[in-house]
Amino acid sequence: MSHLTAWPVFLPLIAGFILLLAQMGGLRLQRMISLLVVFGLVVLSFTLLKEASTGAHQIYLLGNWIAPFGIVLVLDQLSALMVTITSLLALGALAYAVATDTDKKGAHFHVLFQLQLFGLNGAFLTGDVFNLFVFFEVLLLASYGLLLHGSGRLRTKAGLHYVVINLIGSTLFLFAVGALYGVLGTLNMADMAAKVAVAPADDLGLIAAAGLLLLVVFGVKAAMFPLYLWMPSAYANTSAPVAALFAIMTKVGIYSIIRVHGTVFSDNAGELANYYAPWVLGLGLVTLMLAALGVMASRGLREQIAYLVLASVATLLIGVGLNSPEALSATLYYLIHSTLIAGAMFLLADIILKGRGVYEDRFESGTAMPNAILIGSVFMFGAIAMTGMPPLSGFFGKVLVLSAALDHVWFAWILGVVLFAGLLMILSMARTGSLLFYKTIPEEASANSSGSQTGPSLNRMALAAVLGLFLASPVLVLFAQPITAYTESAANQQFNPSNYIEAVLSAPAITENNK
Amino acid sequence: MEWLISLIIGVLTATGVYLTLRARTFPVVMGLTLLAYAVNIFLFAMGRLTIGLPAVIDKTAESMNYSDPLPQALVLTAIVIAFGMTAFLIVLALKARGELGNDHVDGLHLAKDELPLNKTENVQGTQLNNDLIDDESNMKQSKQTQSVQQEAN
Repeated sequence: MSHLTAWPVFLPLIAGFILLLAQMGGLRLQRMISLLVVFGLVVLSFTLLKEASTGAHQIYLLGNWIAPFGIVLVLDQLSALMVTITSLLALGALAYAVATDTDKKGAHFHVLFQLQLFGLNGAFLTGDVFNLFVFFEVLLLASYGLLLHGSGRLRTKAGLHYVVINLIGSTLFLFAVGALYGVLGTLNMADMAAKVAVAPADDLGLIAAAGLLLLVVFGVKAAMFPLYLWMPSAYANTSAPVAALFAIMTKVGIYSIIRVHGTVFSDNAGELANYYAPWVLGLGLVTLMLAALGVMASRGLREQIAYLVLASVATLLIGVGLNSPEALSATLYYLIHSTLIAGAMFLLADIILKGRGVYEDRFESGTAMPNAILIGSVFMFGAIAMTGMPPLSGFFGKVLVLSAALDHVWFAWILGVVLFAGLLMILSMARTGSLLFYKTIPEEASANSSGSQTGPSLNRMALAAVLGLFLASPVLVLFAQPITAYTESAANQQFNPSNYIEAVLSAPAITENNK
Repeated sequence: MEWLISLIIGVLTATGVYLTLRARTFPVVMGLTLLAYAVNIFLFAMGRLTIGLPAVIDKTAESMNYSDPLPQALVLTAIVIAFGMTAFLIVLALKARGELGNDHVDGLHLAKDELPLNKTENVQGTQLNNDLIDDESNMKQSKQTQSVQQEAN
């Protein structure tokens, strides 16, 4: 039992408290602590990644209570990967927030940011369903604060919708957890999986209903059809670093489906084995189609990127719904790519928005922005990665998902929807790029506007943060072999839940002798 | 006792769902509160309904019956979280009432949310976006601004 496992959870929590006290020391001190902690998290998460890659489950018993009775933190390859993605994304988002002074627009930005990371890492590492609920609440409450950071009419409206839908989601979560506890008598995921396998036939209906209710909750988080309507406006109207960090929030839903449903309703679950998978796959296909239409119909760049995030979520749902180790491996590869690139795109959209002055990010001809060639090239790079065109990682992610889909009975539908949606997205991004960067109004026509002449000069550090996140895409391509090897072994580990169950339930408590 | 508890949970949930579907923020807040009550009783009932039994295990008891303490702990957590969330939601609803002009969950829909470039129209003249802003939407907007002002009064 290594204490390192618990640090990604507690480090941001402790940092949150310290930051609250550091308020007196001024913003500079807060920024330094915050950046230092997030950098520490990156280092820590890579250490954990290395530790997890041995294939053994690291179990941390909180309060030294053995497994089904106490709460456990479980580090395996999947959770280590999620923690790593989170910390990398957080580093980029935080660097951007500091570079553009977003954290000055309201109190406690850094505190909320750290608490958000606390909730995210906790949700990724916990092995207990009710504890997952608590961490969901932590990350949601922090996200409410972050979403509303700064102000604005539309932001408040989107925030209200976001808060209400998530509160309803939390209530459903409790109903589902309560029903599962009532039937199975346990909250520990490993124990649950063991008990579902031997559940009496009378209880199966109730367990199945509770499991689908949980799927609805995770669907709200992941923005699965028909529960995605809150998502585009919430992401489009919040500040850029927050939107970038929220790129991981939808993936929390995906992760929870993989973790909870994949473990509890795995192949070993008797009659209920994988009964959720067709739902995920079907709804994923519908979500992808609607997301592609949303991308086409968007009226602003940020809204469009939010729909692109939705499309990536839908692709991930399809990968999860395919329910095979190959598909899960491809899903995880695409998850790394889509999270980091989506974060970078939100940040880039903010740079474009500021450069265009009064035209903001609306889709209409404006005056040329400063440094249009540089920003335009970065945008093109991002658009290629995001829509999944070669030679960047989005393409490889999609190819992997599609090749895993070939064995599935629905493969014609999956191929058709994914490729057609991809085509629509490529078309819209091409249109967006040419509209933003080519169809500009000559300067003299708008000489009397308060527009771009006085626009801010390029913020180099902000651009560096964006480029840093975009760097993930070539890295994912260049090191595709070791990364896919890792995701494959993570997927295989996830598809052998008996090892997980055994590791959790047999983890010994520390006694005085072996302390 | 079972039928009474299940009836209460059912009625609370039904009213909660009905109220959350309302268009104004206050009924929505009330609906979420009722849903939270319903789920708390539900969680409590999931530990099985017992009367007069000790929590955990009584040393002197002859039988090994006890009331399950775990759902009680869960309910406590759920109550605290629901309470905090409701408080936050009320403040947010008030903020939305102030910023959006009324207490509809979607707020007042202003034309400027919809139409691009409206705010630069005065500065730039109309040469750029005649096609985007027609008279009708202008009229609609001024009507709505009026109603905002009336609301404010």
